[in-house]
Amino acid sequence: MESERPDQKKTKQLGEGEKTASGLMGRVREETAALKERAIEEAKTYKDPQDTQLWKSIFRVSHDRADPRNRSLAILSNVFLHLHPAKINRDATRYGFTWGMGGITFYLFVVLTFTGVLLMFYYHPQKVLAFRDILYLEHDVPFGKLLRNMHRWAAHLMVITTWLHMFRVVLTGSYKRPREFNWCVGVVLLVLTLLLSFTGYLLPDDQLGFWAVTVGTNMARATPMFGSEGPLGPQLGMTPFNDVRFGLLGGSIVDSNALLRSYIWHCIGIPLVASIFMAVHFWRIRKDGGISGPAPVMLESELKAVKKK
Amino acid sequence: MDWHQLWIIASAPDNVPIVAMLFLVPIFTWMGIRQARANDRLIVRLEGDTKLAKTHHRKVEPWRPGWAKELHVWPYLVRIEFLVTLIVTVILFVWSITLNAPLEEPSNPNLTMNPSKAPWYFLGLQEMLVYFDPWIAGVVMPSLIMIGLMVFPYVDSSPFGNGYYTIKQRRFALGMFGWGFLMWIMLIFIGTFIRGPGWIWFWPGQTWDHNTVVFDKNVDLHDFIATSAIGKFLHLGFLQSTAGKAIFGGLVVGGFYILGGLFFHWLMTRGGLDRFDGSLPLTRRLWLWITTKDKFESKLLARTSLLQYLTFQFFAVSVLLALPVKLILRLALTIKYVWVTPYFNI
Repeated sequence: MESERPDQKKTKQLGEGEKTASGLMGRVREETAALKERAIEEAKTYKDPQDTQLWKSIFRVSHDRADPRNRSLAILSNVFLHLHPAKINRDATRYGFTWGMGGITFYLFVVLTFTGVLLMFYYHPQKVLAFRDILYLEHDVPFGKLLRNMHRWAAHLMVITTWLHMFRVVLTGSYKRPREFNWCVGVVLLVLTLLLSFTGYLLPDDQLGFWAVTVGTNMARATPMFGSEGPLGPQLGMTPFNDVRFGLLGGSIVDSNALLRSYIWHCIGIPLVASIFMAVHFWRIRKDGGISGPAPVMLESELKAVKKK
Repeated sequence: MDWHQLWIIASAPDNVPIVAMLFLVPIFTWMGIRQARANDRLIVRLEGDTKLAKTHHRKVEPWRPGWAKELHVWPYLVRIEFLVTLIVTVILFVWSITLNAPLEEPSNPNLTMNPSKAPWYFLGLQEMLVYFDPWIAGVVMPSLIMIGLMVFPYVDSSPFGNGYYTIKQRRFALGMFGWGFLMWIMLIFIGTFIRGPGWIWFWPGQTWDHNTVVFDKNVDLHDFIATSAIGKFLHLGFLQSTAGKAIFGGLVVGGFYILGGLFFHWLMTRGGLDRFDGSLPLTRRLWLWITTKDKFESKLLARTSLLQYLTFQFFAVSVLLALPVKLILRLALTIKYVWVTPYFNI
């Protein structure tokens, strides 16, 4: 069919007729036709992107085949997915068992990092400027309001999902041997999540954040031994100008220094520490044998006496 | 009934997460209990049928001999994770488009907000300030809660329920955690919905009147006893001297730890009501439950080392029991301190 296309016929006829007349032009035409043919042939091989060098160089293995080796490699050879084991307990994929709360919490952390970095482009941690930046963000920055809203609600949701994750871990007894230590790491992560949320509360520098942080840090005044109003504090030389609250606020009142300290803890300090703890948390999930269940039930008659060393 | 007031509180953007929790917590609790019940039924069945117990795969999820016990993560898990991230993203977008993050007036140290509240997840701590001095409510209690959570896996010596939902086999551990979780949510609820201007108790639906004045006649326990009719009759006036109230308070707190310890000891050896003959009347079964030790729970207690036992008792009495006791003393009997010394008050 293709050879019957009129333009091709024409080329052929022309080629035959002028073969002797103009050697150079003929050769050019011949080369062009050959090149075109080659390009068409090559284009056919690109129809499957997974066969290209580019694809293979990025993904290293194709993910379309269903053989076990291929499916394992899809997980093992991917930097993001290699946190997973290649295979898991068939019942563990049921949503009802894990509720997916740990994963959702991590995803929310990613969302918060993303929106947080974008918010940082518009924010100055200074008195006067900070509040104006929020107004600017709400009224002038394209999608600024959406950005701020999403950061706020994702933060609230992260607190809830962290609690629900802990709740599930308790209900399934997943904190038991050998996962006791990972539970402790999780408790630290819970504290860090709350602190992240709390340090962010001050940043808009509005009445809500200001008084919430005032109430919160006033409690630090009462720290035993390290607070100016706590038990044994005054006896150890604590005053409002050198106690733990002063250290938190960078001053004796919630002011510009407090804003800066809050900002740095919120954007750099705590996220860094939290990332390290998260890395340990995820690593230990794998090292402790993956998700705890659903495990076969144990019967009361199978209780063994404690081994005496 | 001031519905408008209730709506103002419930619809405050930062309170929406709590309203959401009032739905989410029961839903997930129900999901957990449903699976626990199914497992418990299976456990009862297998306990009664040793032959079946040997061959059964010991799960409620269906399984046939030909089926693989494990699945490939790609694609069976990864696709679920992908779907979940999509759903969470959609929820976040809808939430962010429909509800604006709150922004009040610029901060002003000269204009105190009334009520001035911490973020909702810290309202439990703020509410505790009513019942304890700041160094306990703000520093000691949070530390105890965090350390208590961390030691939880180390004091729970029972090997049961590792990786599956069950209530029957973990009655006490679940009860203790559930009690703590419930109390935390309850304090947050009180802090959000009930505490109005001046941190005064307003029932849900009551108007938050800024002119409300409550004449609290809080008394300390030693005054309460010394000035009561019995106290006067027994000439307990010496309790009000500096040394008298310090010694008295110390004895009360010490006694509280002993009684609390005995209470938890009693509680941890009780089984379920269902372990008694169902044909007996309920009152009889309740009486049996109160008076008899459960064999299974006693076996679990026997596995617990002395260190585990004492550690648990310390945290249980100091947090799980002290908080509600102090709450009731304060709210029902208007008692402020139980132990007054020149250095600290509890």
